[in-house]
Amino acid sequence: MDSREFMRVRADMPPGHVRTPAYLRGKTGWIERELGPFPNPEQLAYGLKADALTLLRMRFTMKEVWGPDVPYPHDTIDAEIYAHWLEPVERTDAA
Amino acid sequence: MPHDHHDHISPSGHPYRSDNDHPLTYWQQMEIAVRELLIEKGVTTAAEVNAQINAMDSRGPAHGASVVARAWTDPPFREALLSDASAATREMGFDIGPMKLIAVENTAEVHNVIVCTLCSCYPRNLLGLPPDWYKSRAYRSRTVKEPRSVLAEFGVALPDTTTVRVHDSTADMRYIVIPARPKGTERWSQADLSKLVTRDSMIGTGLAKAPPTA
Repeated sequence: MDSREFMRVRADMPPGHVRTPAYLRGKTGWIERELGPFPNPEQLAYGLKADALTLLRMRFTMKEVWGPDVPYPHDTIDAEIYAHWLEPVERTDAA
Repeated sequence: MPHDHHDHISPSGHPYRSDNDHPLTYWQQMEIAVRELLIEKGVTTAAEVNAQINAMDSRGPAHGASVVARAWTDPPFREALLSDASAATREMGFDIGPMKLIAVENTAEVHNVIVCTLCSCYPRNLLGLPPDWYKSRAYRSRTVKEPRSVLAEFGVALPDTTTVRVHDSTADMRYIVIPARPKGTERWSQADLSKLVTRDSMIGTGLAKAPPTA
């Protein structure tokens, strides 16, 4: 039984200061660990009152990020993604 | 004078480095203006600014190396470091400020490597300033796409049975790699072990040094 919780990074390209790397947008990974609340950098960058958002360490396979032809599809990339950038996925082959 | 005819070449045969007496850039002016205002308004003092620069310059990879050497020799500390690296390094006496640190451990099965694709996030409060290549576009863009090629250029060849885990330092956390302990160091003291821990081994672009063979 795979107990991993998979989430997809929103595929949006909003203007302004965003700390979600473009190469991970639209990609599905699983939660490696939760890091607790951190101030939203998209507000912080402009001197606005920043909401506390859950930050998650997401793990992605190379295959999911760069396509099936990569030489080492099961190597991984971990990145910290704020909760408002993540959406649930029903089922996935992103493992 | 022997060098009259090519005076932009130094006697050692290298070109002279141009001096940095060009006009201030926009951001240099901005830094000076903000610093002077903060001092004028009594928010900080020149001495405090200097003390902070000195504190930053006194941090270096030796701090991280002693953390790694302790993790190699002190199993409860290793556990504590892997579960909360900020607390564990503070408990060792390092002033890491508000830094949130995660330690990741290299084993026969897993090799970790750290990058910041968005800018140049680095555990400065523990390891000091990052090397220039860490901030280069080439390192930042290639490490997430072809980590094994990048590692090979650093002289790190990994077997196919080892999984590479790239950690993109995208937000609030900073990362330190605990390299694998070299073989043949079973009876070594923490102080001697820490000399085998290089800066690159804590970024993941290197391995800890092998002990000299007798």
